[in-house]
Formats: sequence, structure tokens, C-alpha cells
Amino acid sequence: MTLAASRDGYGAALLELADDDRIVVLEADLGKSTKSCLFRAEYPNRTFSMGIAEQNMMLVAAGMASTGKIPFASTFAIFTERGFEQVRNGIARPNLKVHLCGSHGGIHTGTDGSSAQSIEDLAIYRTLPNMTVMHPCDDLSTKALTKALVEHANPSYTRTARNKTKRIYSEVQAESLEIGKFSIIREGEDVAILACGVMVSEAIDAADKLASEGVKATVVDVHTIKPFDHESMTSLAIKCGAIVSAEDHSIIGGLGGAVAESLAANHPTPLEQVGVQDVFGMSGQPDELMEHFGLTMSDIVDAAHKAVARRTT
Amino acid sequence: MTAAEPTCEQRTVEDLELIAKDCRREIVRMVKRANAGHPGGSLSVIDLLVGLYGNTLRVTTENPTHPDRDRVILSKGHASPAMYSALHAFGFIEEADLHTYRVFNGVCQGHVDSKWTPGVDFSGGSLGMGLSFGLGIALSGKMDEKNHFTWVILGDGECQEGEIWEAAMATIHHKVENLTVIVDVNGIQNDDFVDQQMVMGDLAAKWAAFGWKIKEIDGHDMAEICAAINWSKEAVGPCVIMARTTKGKGVSFMENNPSFHGKAPNDEEFEQAMEELA
Repeated sequence: MTLAASRDGYGAALLELADDDRIVVLEADLGKSTKSCLFRAEYPNRTFSMGIAEQNMMLVAAGMASTGKIPFASTFAIFTERGFEQVRNGIARPNLKVHLCGSHGGIHTGTDGSSAQSIEDLAIYRTLPNMTVMHPCDDLSTKALTKALVEHANPSYTRTARNKTKRIYSEVQAESLEIGKFSIIREGEDVAILACGVMVSEAIDAADKLASEGVKATVVDVHTIKPFDHESMTSLAIKCGAIVSAEDHSIIGGLGGAVAESLAANHPTPLEQVGVQDVFGMSGQPDELMEHFGLTMSDIVDAAHKAVARRTT
Repeated sequence: MTAAEPTCEQRTVEDLELIAKDCRREIVRMVKRANAGHPGGSLSVIDLLVGLYGNTLRVTTENPTHPDRDRVILSKGHASPAMYSALHAFGFIEEADLHTYRVFNGVCQGHVDSKWTPGVDFSGGSLGMGLSFGLGIALSGKMDEKNHFTWVILGDGECQEGEIWEAAMATIHHKVENLTVIVDVNGIQNDDFVDQQMVMGDLAAKWAAFGWKIKEIDGHDMAEICAAINWSKEAVGPCVIMARTTKGKGVSFMENNPSFHGKAPNDEEFEQAMEELA
């Protein structure tokens, strides 16, 4: 089992993209953390320090995109939110292809505490027309999906995680992922667990546990929260009749919110949400925090049983 | 290769003054037809826009998004009637388009918007963002060794936005020289006089302290405007032209009157305005 942090995949992707001279990288004094530093080390002339000034970074990236550059701008997830209105009015509205990466997303970020643990980023960026929103689960899928953004028609926000979790994909598997399409990791007909980010490996462990209890679970890596794969969602709802969402994010408006909207519109199905219950985080080790906030394998197992019990067919 | 390369036809100061006068009439007409909009800041900035388009700006109406064109970023995007009247005067849009200002599905949106209007380089409407956007364009030009130039027009009230100063710092840090800021110093913002809302102190000194070269001019004197524009293109280092202007310039009852920041004239006021601008 290989452990890796998804933020490393972002840095690796930038390096692999570097032959395309349209690629430019913007930093706000957190390049060492988001891993854009890897690009800076090799391509300093195409890496722009914006200082601790996120609002300016958003619009500088937009201006560059307006000339045909493909800017990748990163900082902590929480600090991208400082420039939310800049993203809204300066990037999404004119549909300029700026790719934002917010690292250190979620409670899993750990000891920095609540100020650094964005639990709302996926929700707020998902509300913006034109924006693509992704939260891959490991380094290799982050790398592959980040590389795919170069040919993507819209601006994007990608959340990565600070800390290492189990690597889910091989290099070849990761390369086959498509922006906007569910990645079904394992199939079972009793319940479908839709997870993103660090919760994907928890979901896989939960499926093992559920199997030992006689419940067959499908596990989906929803690496793209928007555009949401409604077609696959409806198929899973029909097939399993019980759904669990699992995210290191508020239960309001993120993956669980997207799942709820899709189910309500297309195929009403019992849904249990595993996520942060509308509270802020705090300091602690990631495993302590995940347990405290109900973001573990066993929370997913419990949610799956509840969803199955509510099943109407 | 596109058919037409961006160029600028040189015009005399007298010609530019006549164009600006036409634009002033169009501004008031647009706001009157829409019964909404921002006449005050449009009338304060229009001479600056006409000076840019008519004296310096290398653009082509045949290909408004030509990659080598100069850019005008109207960061105070609510002064859109001024931009639209200039774009009309310099051939980017038709007179019929002016009639769509603030109209459903119209070419001329309430605030300048690059998605809707040929010749508009920046989607404004939210203050404080234009200098950052212009800096991004200028950095691209520098990186690619292009010779396009970017002009960013700010309001003095707009300089209360923190992002302006983030961008002012970053412009100096990145040694950007293919960009000039023009501040339309009309002294009035939405609610009241600027210094009633937030004391700005010596705004020129603030820019200078960030490392910018400064020239202060009368923002309604076309000869001074053209001279300052030419100065800033020749100068080494990013420049700020502090253009002292009068909000509502040209219409007596709008001049220096905060209530005409964002209000249309009534029928009687409209008639008077058109007489004064005849």
C-alpha cells in the first residue's frame, strides 16, 4: 500500500504540463505547501509570486487567461475564498480558463485548526456558472485530472489534501479518468457509497466491512463534483436503492448536496450523508479529528446500514 | 494573420474635443433612455477615453480581439455609457447598439462586459479588479515580448479597494512597464464626496510611495491628456496619470453633484442637458 498526498499530484502535473508554454503558475506565498514550488524550481520565468494577496492573484490570472495563457493559481483552499468574488466576477463570469487549486482542504488538514480547514469550498465554487469543481482522492488521479484541465473549456477549482492517504489508482487507471464522470471503484447492489477526496479510501474500507456483514456496496470516487454525473447517479439509485455520500466537507452544499439535488430531481432515493455537521473544526491529528467529526470508515458503515434500512424497494 | 493590424489614427486636439462632445450627448441620451445608469462618472471620464482611443490606442475594429492590440481596462465599469459612446465614436459598435444600454439582452450591458460588447476587454461592475486584470495582460505581453500596451482607468473612490494596492505592489515587484494607470479623480463616489466616505489623503503620494511615476493633469484638457498619455508610454516604469476631473462635467446641474452619480435626468433636466451640450 502506497501512501501519498493529493497535493503532490498537483505539483507533478504542473511539471508534466510544462512543455506547453501557455502554462503559467501563480502563487500566493504557499507554493511550498500547494506544491507549485516544483514548477517554480524548473520554470521560474513562468512562475509568478503574487505575495500574500489572493484577490489580486485571481484577476492577474484572469488577465493572463484573456491573452491565451493557461494559468494555474494555487493557495490553501480557505484562502482562495478570500478572493471568492474575484473568482465569481473576474473568472467565472467571463468564463476565462483559470485553474485554481486549493490545497489543505477539509478537517483532515489537522493541527492548524479551524482557520485553515475549509469545509465550504466545494459548496461555494459549485454555485458559480461555468465553474468545474473537482476533489480527487489521491496523487495520481490529481495529476491526471489536473493535466486534463489544459484541454478543458471552463475555469476550474480543484481541492487537494495536505496529508497522505492510501493511493487508490495505478498510473494507467488514473489516466483513464474523465472530468465529469463517476469513477466506479467497486460494484455491489445493496448500497452505493459516493465519496470524494480523503473519504474515498475510507469508503473502500467501509465496503469491505459491509461485505463481511452481508451488504454489497458500490464505491464511487466522485472526483468531479461539478459538472455532476447525473446519468450515473440515476443508474446507481435505480440499481442500489440506497445511497451514502461521504466527504470531508460540510454536509451543506458539497458532494452530499449535489447528490441530494440529483436524486430529488431524477430518482428520489434514501440518502445518508457522512460529512461535517455544520460545525467548524479544531486542532488535532487527522485521525483524531476524523473520528471526532464522524468522518471514518465506521461512520460510513453505519450510514450504509441506515440507508439500506430506509430502502423502499 | 488577420486582415487588419492594430493601429491608431492620430487626430488633432480639436477633433478629439469634438468627438468628446458628441460622446457626452450620447452618454446623457443613453442614461435618459434607460432611465438608469451612471452619468456623473461617465461625464468625468469621457475625455480620458477619447484621448486614449483617438490619440494612442492601437486597435482594429475589424478584429476587436486581435492578440496584439492595446487594451483599455475600464475598472470603474459603471461608467459604461462613456465606454459605449467611445466605442461607437471609434467604430466598434453601431448607433443602434447604444439604444440597447441596460435593455434586455442588449449589446450594451449595465456595466462593461467583454462577453457582450465588441471592443470591451474587461468585464467590470465590481470595483477594484481592473488593475489586477490589466497586470495579468501586461505580464503576458512581457513574457511573450509583445509590444501591446495596457491602460487601466480607475476611479478615486475605487482606490479605497484593497485589491488596487495589492496590484500596485505586484506591478512594481514584477517590473511591469507596459501598463499605465489613469485615475479619474472626480472626488465623488456613490453615497457622497470621496473624503466624506473615506479620507484619501494625498492619493498621488500613495501611488508614488508604492514606486509608481506620477503625473497630475487636468482630466478635461485634451492637450494635457494626450501629452500625459504620450509621456507615460515613453517613461520607464509604470506610471499613474492623476486626472483631476469634474463629476458630471458639461452638464451644469450634474457637475460636482453627488446625486448624479447613479441617476437619470428627468425630462426637463434632459432638455437642459442637451442644450448645454449642443
